[in-house]
Amino acid sequence: MPTFWLVALLLALSAAGFYGGRRRAIASAAGDVKDLHSLPSYYGYHVALAAFVPAIGALAIWLLAQPMFIETRVSGMIPAEAVPESSTIGLVMSDVRRVAEGLDLAVEQGRLTAREARNVANSGQDVRALMGEMGVALGDDVRPEVLTAAQAYRNLSKTGRTAMTVVVALLALGGFAWAYSRTHKDFRARNVVERAVLALLILAASLAILTTVGIVLSMLFETKNFFGLHSWTDFFFGSTWAPNFRGGSELSILPLLWGTLYISFIALAVAVPVGLFAAIYLSEYASGAVRSFAKPLLEILAGIPTIVYGLFALLTVGPALANLFAKGGLLGVEWMAGATSVLTAGLVMGIMLIPFVSSLSDDIINAVPQAMRDGSLGLGATKSETVRQVVMPAALPGIVGAVLLAASRAIGETMIVVMGAGAIAKFSANPLESMTTITTRIVSQLTGDTDFASPETLVAFALGLTLFVLTLGLNVLALYIVRKYREQYE
Amino acid sequence: MTDLSQSPAGAAPRKHGGSLLEQTPRTKRRNAAETRFRAYGIAAITAGLIMLVILVTTIVSKGTGAFQQTFVTLQVELLESKLDKKGERNIEDIKKVTTFGYAPIIKGAMEAAVEELGIETSLKAKELAGILSKDVAAQLRDYVIANPDQIGQTVEFRFLASGRVDGYMKGRVTRDSIVNDKNISPEQLDLVDALAAAGVLEKTFNLDFITGADASDARPEAAGMGVSMLGSLFMMFVVLALALPIGVAASIYLEEFAPQNWLTDLIEVNISNLAAVPSIVFGILGLAVFINYMHLPTSAPLVGGLVLTLMTLPTIIISTRASLKSVPPSIRDAALGVGASKMQAVFHHVLPLAAPGILTGTIIGLAQALGETAPLLLIGMVGFIASNAPETLADGLLAPNSAMPAQIYEWAKRADPAFYERAWGGIIILLLFLVTMNTLAVILRRRFERRW
Repeated sequence: MPTFWLVALLLALSAAGFYGGRRRAIASAAGDVKDLHSLPSYYGYHVALAAFVPAIGALAIWLLAQPMFIETRVSGMIPAEAVPESSTIGLVMSDVRRVAEGLDLAVEQGRLTAREARNVANSGQDVRALMGEMGVALGDDVRPEVLTAAQAYRNLSKTGRTAMTVVVALLALGGFAWAYSRTHKDFRARNVVERAVLALLILAASLAILTTVGIVLSMLFETKNFFGLHSWTDFFFGSTWAPNFRGGSELSILPLLWGTLYISFIALAVAVPVGLFAAIYLSEYASGAVRSFAKPLLEILAGIPTIVYGLFALLTVGPALANLFAKGGLLGVEWMAGATSVLTAGLVMGIMLIPFVSSLSDDIINAVPQAMRDGSLGLGATKSETVRQVVMPAALPGIVGAVLLAASRAIGETMIVVMGAGAIAKFSANPLESMTTITTRIVSQLTGDTDFASPETLVAFALGLTLFVLTLGLNVLALYIVRKYREQYE
Repeated sequence: MTDLSQSPAGAAPRKHGGSLLEQTPRTKRRNAAETRFRAYGIAAITAGLIMLVILVTTIVSKGTGAFQQTFVTLQVELLESKLDKKGERNIEDIKKVTTFGYAPIIKGAMEAAVEELGIETSLKAKELAGILSKDVAAQLRDYVIANPDQIGQTVEFRFLASGRVDGYMKGRVTRDSIVNDKNISPEQLDLVDALAAAGVLEKTFNLDFITGADASDARPEAAGMGVSMLGSLFMMFVVLALALPIGVAASIYLEEFAPQNWLTDLIEVNISNLAAVPSIVFGILGLAVFINYMHLPTSAPLVGGLVLTLMTLPTIIISTRASLKSVPPSIRDAALGVGASKMQAVFHHVLPLAAPGILTGTIIGLAQALGETAPLLLIGMVGFIASNAPETLADGLLAPNSAMPAQIYEWAKRADPAFYERAWGGIIILLLFLVTMNTLAVILRRRFERRW
């Protein structure tokens, strides 16, 4: 793990820099700390930061950029006619990568010497059999173009790694030397260090932007690939979801969207009345004792991981509903085929959302000024009339915002629907049938053996992007409404 | 008060001479509405609490079984003729005997036990051994390889019973439910009853469930949470090491230094939106960036930790900012007044005072990350058997592993109902971790929170 040792080296160097810089500063003031511009440890930090930060930054950028660079160089080496009809350049590249890794592994395990690995093409050895022995599975025999490309891949990565080590080490040593040479009693170390720390703080804060950009770019890129392979009209306006890994799939988002919205609707139909009435009771009626007892208990429901709700849907609620509605059930009807259904997932998701709705609404109801309640009560309205005719209308925008936030939660929820909703994509109004959702399909298209060149896998990114846009839109809308409402009473 | 509700324009004004002590129909209606409204509220809260109770009782009643396991205690004669034909105690020779070669020894031990106890049964030796787990031969082989000097002796062993027998002892499997089951017969259950009566077969606490590794589909009785717990531990280690410093740094900048400009606005909008992005989207990000692009190993806790870090960061930033904000400005002013720089005021005074709040928020963020499953599915932390505990730190971070919630999901997908019990048991362990972390957070808050 050379990267690990490189980082360890950087850490050691910066620790040495701290002591070296500190000592040199004190020495330049002839041991009298009062003569220094800054406190002695700032001189230490100065050298340590100069040795560490540029080097680690270069390391990070190098690690990110090298794969992309090598990929473009090597894939440029593969002639277009070397790509078989049924395959794509992406698949050939993954073969190249696997062969290259396999050869490296062979050298590491001592099956081949470094020289043998370089000349493996001329030795007439069966590369595929060799890879098989080490557990590197290859689809078919290694073609000469692939082998050449793999060798180039190995060469480039090796050069890249060496160059990276050299550059990083030089940067670290250079930073160390430069900062060390500047260390002098009149040097304004504190100002420099503080500016550097501020820059690091800004960098940390910008990570949020970087994450969003990463999310959008990674999905946008693959979605573009997807729309290159599959018509976008079918995706947005088709009516069937039928992925077929032999090709000719129909991949339309509409049946999935229907399932998602239907399940979310049931979840909200459970969570909104229960959550809202709970919030009203807790904020308007309950005594302090009841409130301090019931509120935390309800909030436990929000802290339970979704896998627990998923299991509850799969093994408890689903079978219980099947006991009622399925063939041979207590009601004597045959409305349900299995344990998974829209209702199963919706009910359990509703339970999960109760505390979400109740605590958000609780905050909003509490923000309604007491004067409005007092006015209404003073005119002789009962408490419930006050709530219904004064508090609720005042709190309505906020509550709408809370419901929208809950809806965005429901749409993006994964584990409950993966385990409770089923896998059949269809348009149906029967809540006892199993249906599938966007998140479920993302999971099923991206787990197991995936091939990132087929539309059946890439569709998951288009689904993900749609989901992201959908939830983002709901959140922005909800936050806008809530903020607008808060301003009203502040 | 009732007469106050009377409005001049209202219907049916109270007639003169009507008693104040008697309610008019309208007042009655209004009071009834009031009572109903209050009842709705109580019903809503009760409904929520009932759900909680149902959830907790389901988990506890279905999951506690996983902590108990049926064991069979047998005297096993480690026959030299089967295990070490040459009699040289050469470890290489002993290792050549596969688990297959241990089957006759196990059969013999079962026959001997049945004979000694005087149980009458029509079962053949193979069926007798069928009540034991398929794991037994491997267990015996490991023992013999570790203690070759014991060959030829008779040693007492505690063997796992098979999943069906365990289910029978726990009431999950009944004589009716096994009619079409090829793995067990009613005669074998008779034998189990007899062995249980003789005290050879008993149900005891199962430490292996907590510390052991996952097992394949055919051996639910041997599956444990231990290795996936280590996977979760390594992930939390990554999350803590990255999310805490980055989160605190970002909060300090936004709360203490950021000027009012478009960049700050952009960052704030991004953070609040990231907090609401569905977790599966972070999984897609992890798959696209860390695995497809950077070629980090799939199923590695390092990748899981990185994804969960990105997911937890907004939570940590939001709570850290709240606790920085709660430190009164007078502290900063005092520090600046005696000549500290802004940076010194923040790092020497504000940050230490905000530390308990930051810690609390971090623990809650970690608890959230610990229970998260969806992103882990996409980076491949399910679908294989986490059978080996990592040996080194690098192994723990980079070798494929599972995580607690992913392991639970994996068990829930399997066909044998014996795995469902494991899944519920796993949930008990997971929830115990979460409860401990949240309690710790509450205690920290109570103990160190300062009111200014």
